[in-house]
Amino acid sequence: MGKENALTFNCHRISGGSAEGQVLISPEPVCFYMIDTDTGKINERSHALVGQSITDKVLVLPSGKGSSVVQDEGLFALKQKNTGPKGIIVKNPDTVLVAGTIVMDYPLFDRVDNEFYDHIENDDYVKVDAERELIMLVKKQAC
Amino acid sequence: MYLNDEEKRMLAGDFGSGTAEAMKLQVALGEAFDAERMVEISRAHVSLAHYPSDVWYTAKLAAGGARCRIKPTCNPLYDLHYLENVGIRDPANEAGLLRNLKETFLKLGITLTYSCTPEIQSNVPRFGEYVAFAESSATPYVNAVCGARSNRESAKSALAAAITGRAPLYGYLLDENRTGNVLIEVETPINDDFDYHLLGYAASHKMGPGVPVFTGMPMKPSPEELVCFGAQLATGGSVAMYHIVGVTPEASDLETAFGGKTPEKKLTITERDLQKTQKLLSHGSGRIEFVMLGCPHYSIGQVAEVARLLEGKKIHPEVAFWVLTSPATRGLADRMGYLDTINRAGGHIIGGTCADISCWYGLYSGKVGVTDSVKAAYYTARVDMNFQLKRRYECVEIALRGGEA
Repeated sequence: MGKENALTFNCHRISGGSAEGQVLISPEPVCFYMIDTDTGKINERSHALVGQSITDKVLVLPSGKGSSVVQDEGLFALKQKNTGPKGIIVKNPDTVLVAGTIVMDYPLFDRVDNEFYDHIENDDYVKVDAERELIMLVKKQAC
Repeated sequence: MYLNDEEKRMLAGDFGSGTAEAMKLQVALGEAFDAERMVEISRAHVSLAHYPSDVWYTAKLAAGGARCRIKPTCNPLYDLHYLENVGIRDPANEAGLLRNLKETFLKLGITLTYSCTPEIQSNVPRFGEYVAFAESSATPYVNAVCGARSNRESAKSALAAAITGRAPLYGYLLDENRTGNVLIEVETPINDDFDYHLLGYAASHKMGPGVPVFTGMPMKPSPEELVCFGAQLATGGSVAMYHIVGVTPEASDLETAFGGKTPEKKLTITERDLQKTQKLLSHGSGRIEFVMLGCPHYSIGQVAEVARLLEGKKIHPEVAFWVLTSPATRGLADRMGYLDTINRAGGHIIGGTCADISCWYGLYSGKVGVTDSVKAAYYTARVDMNFQLKRRYECVEIALRGGEA
């Protein structure tokens, strides 16, 4: 991955440290409880990403959704089984998601430059530098 | 963010490591959302259950000497004692876990209400009060209907707020974030609590994040209807604040509801959206083996309605019939004679028990039931507990005749 191919964007760190991985974009909000914690696959029957695995991905979400009880439980179980995402980039963070990522120590970032969303596609590779609050995006064809 | 001396001392561990841990979460939340300072809260509700992450976190805080400055009410777990009395012996093998958790809750200073509807019974805030409410059906209600100020707290952040007696000042605690930005015109009649269930899910699923402002709604909704509405607004999406023009206290008219701004988005909800939601979230087919009503917990009025429908009748022997409510409401139902009516028909009223909780999984996974709760149907599909969604009277009819929905 040559650095010359990387695009850089500003972001805001909410929790956790630096993270990198392949991008998985969810067009709709995610409830982490509705994921099979053994396989990392979304098992919410009506979800756009049903059947896809979030394990080791950097998830790009519009927001979290759902219960104040079980959002945390999903994040906790995924962490315990090492099937969780490497990091999460969220457009509209809510308290339930943020508290869960802080307590469970997941890297969570928001306030990303708008242009990021014009460039990003599934299977792109991103590196998020938590210290400098920067996202480096490497397009998949450049990998 | 600014912390006063006492808050600094909490963070530094002067009140023990449990309080310091709670304050650490509060400060991290405050910094994530750019809060300038903390405010004192006067009420809290914690939606803690017996999930591993809750057991881990509460044990850690209790061991660190944390005690709630604001004694919070708490969510249901399940009434194992009742289940054992009716011949269902420790179905998830959790008697020890439940006993330990109860001790931890008492140590922390949690009031054992075991109810998911504190907002209409045991913990009702007043207008303008700063509170920390977790539980998806409760948070939109205390914000929108009571006019109190709460963020969409998680079980753990609400506990941290109860322990520190503080919440970071951001989000729905601030006037400017409470006004609407999405207009939702309801173009179908909304008649009963089931319609509010469907509307809440359909609207929040369709709109995405934001504060919706509803028009075209009934002018005199009951508390129960608004409890159901809030529960589904927080299930289909993450709505924690909404307005119904002419009904909720911060929406005397359309302009006030939007704080003088123009809506960023405009949606309509029609009969088709409600039908689509009912279909989308109804799972399974075949013989109905169980009926579950009371997610969120039924009020005494809703229990009375079930009793009226069952008066002098017998539930089909192959259908298990469960009404879920708070322990307080169950006591009232006993006094009013509703418990006796429902028992004589062959049904149960179980107190302090959630619809999506471990005691049911072994009994009903792989089977098909009916419920009037969109939320119950949505979450339990995960463990293959399949629900067909029906109105309350239809659920009772199916229970009486048996067979398919």
